[in-house]
Amino acid sequence: MALLTKKDASLILDPLADNNPITIQVLGICSALAITAELKASVVMAISVLFVLGVGNVVISLMRNIIPSKIRIIVQLIVVATLVIIVDQVLKAFAYELSKTLSVFVGLIITNCIIMGRFEAFALGNGPWKSFLDGIGNALGYGVILIIVGFFRELLGSGTLFGFPVLGNPIAKTGLYATGYENNGFMIIPPAALIVVGIIIWIQRSRNVALIEDN
Amino acid sequence: MSDKRLTFKKRLHILKHHYRDKKMAPAFNAFHTFLFAPDETTHSGSHIRGADDLKRTMNTVIMALIPVLLFSMFNAGYQHYAAIGGFPSDFSVMEHFLTWDNFWIGIIKVLPLVAISYGVGLVVEFIFAVIKGHEVEEGYLVTGMLVPLIVPIDTPLWMLAVSVVFGVVIGKEVFGGTGMNILNPALTIRAFLFFAYPTWMSGDKVWVHEAVERAGTADAISGETILGYLAQNKGAEFTYSISDMFFGFIPGSVGETSTFLILLGGLFLVFSKIASWRIMLSAIIGSLLMGLIFNVVVDAGIIGETSTFYGLMSFEYWQHLLVGGLAFGIVYMATDPVTGSQTNRGKWIYGFLIGFISVMIRVFNPAYPEGVFLAILLMNVFAPTIDHYVLRGNIKKRLKRLKSATILPKDSDSKAEELKAETV
Repeated sequence: MALLTKKDASLILDPLADNNPITIQVLGICSALAITAELKASVVMAISVLFVLGVGNVVISLMRNIIPSKIRIIVQLIVVATLVIIVDQVLKAFAYELSKTLSVFVGLIITNCIIMGRFEAFALGNGPWKSFLDGIGNALGYGVILIIVGFFRELLGSGTLFGFPVLGNPIAKTGLYATGYENNGFMIIPPAALIVVGIIIWIQRSRNVALIEDN
Repeated sequence: MSDKRLTFKKRLHILKHHYRDKKMAPAFNAFHTFLFAPDETTHSGSHIRGADDLKRTMNTVIMALIPVLLFSMFNAGYQHYAAIGGFPSDFSVMEHFLTWDNFWIGIIKVLPLVAISYGVGLVVEFIFAVIKGHEVEEGYLVTGMLVPLIVPIDTPLWMLAVSVVFGVVIGKEVFGGTGMNILNPALTIRAFLFFAYPTWMSGDKVWVHEAVERAGTADAISGETILGYLAQNKGAEFTYSISDMFFGFIPGSVGETSTFLILLGGLFLVFSKIASWRIMLSAIIGSLLMGLIFNVVVDAGIIGETSTFYGLMSFEYWQHLLVGGLAFGIVYMATDPVTGSQTNRGKWIYGFLIGFISVMIRVFNPAYPEGVFLAILLMNVFAPTIDHYVLRGNIKKRLKRLKSATILPKDSDSKAEELKAETV
């Protein structure tokens, strides 16, 4: 027996491409703009959201029959806030520098539309296993875009990847910098992320024309 | 005409039919229609067309830019040698300015900028035309000439190439190509360069050839613009006279310095009915007004000499038009028919705000004492909104007129309401 049925697998795989939360649903853009100047921050953000959304979806799914519909948003907020505080404390304890780089954006995971969106749209109506897979899938879809954007922004903006200089030393003028290359300051500022995300959306839709909305 | 002695034009027509429906047809057609008017008749709709198609319009703007380009080539050399050897005390145009030495610097520094701008930009346009299967659009003809004129002289060519690719793709092609863009592509390229490589786009070194290379050595030369000087609030008089500023013997971006030639180009564009005189005039009024407000504030003693803004705020209001890129931006960029306002009243508002905001940014932006490109890009974004409200205002006015003109006062309200419901 396969580990995952076909339907379960599509829960994980769909958000990675044709139903991506960022490029198709256009959710979670704020954090994609704010923290993708460095690849490291993108990866940590992706893992944080993976944890919050995976666990959160399961918790909401388990409670779905006892949550009164009128106060469900508040219950969801309490769940996500609890999980985010756990992430924040772990980061502060084990990766203090990184938590300072991410600053308020860890806290702002609470307001990430993807998380509330999945709680509302999926976890409230499905069992825990399926909700878990859906949470993982969507968080991965979010993380993939974050990492792609972070990769290009850090490489072109600072000439480094995960902090390691890959293009040479810009001050000592070694490597590529010896030929007159310079870092692109535009990639450091948040609007660049908007343009990189836009280009990803463009490429994705020109490869799969079915994704283009007609209007 | 006998078949044996074909004219060049005829041969091109035959070749064109040969290449019809091939993949490379748009690329070929682009060259063909650049030289000759297309031999096709319209298939539907109106059958009378003006001779001044898009390509002819663009060529007229290029003609207006040629004097500026030639002047800038001489000025590139003049600024370079003047910075090294000092300004000649008995300056004469023939002896010190129109010299072969000056022009040579222009050839080796300005022409490569033009070549890269056109080469890279047209390659991007051709690639998009072939992929999308439409004719190559003429939009890049003017952009390609504007870009080298609005960058500093020593801008590395690869930076220009990267920026041109960015500007053409993100500024124009993603919106659907020529005529569909929201932002002026030349200014998008300029803005990208400014935010991506600020060290090459601002400061007191980049405006004169070799000033960057010589920095820190015994041969160091200064390449400061007048605005850059004023922004530092040093107080003392600078060496340039009013006529230097007007005729353009000052450092600055390649083609922006000569207000005189820009003025001639602007008049040429106005009389050939290519550019809107409303935008130009209102932009001039806007910048004068803002400059005047700053002058009044200084005269009233609200801003003292210790203020960081004193240098630029106390600058005579009308001299703002002579320095920096304000004149160039007003004449060649603000009047872009695609990105500017379309309605006549809209053009007045659009132009006025460009001038007004340009001088405001100029004075209040500490890092970069020039604001015209930011002001035009900002107003590009607002142009459709301005047009929208001008149109709505007009509809309202005419409804009112209709209301008062209706004979029966009792029915008039309901009739006007009915009409309003139809129009809205």
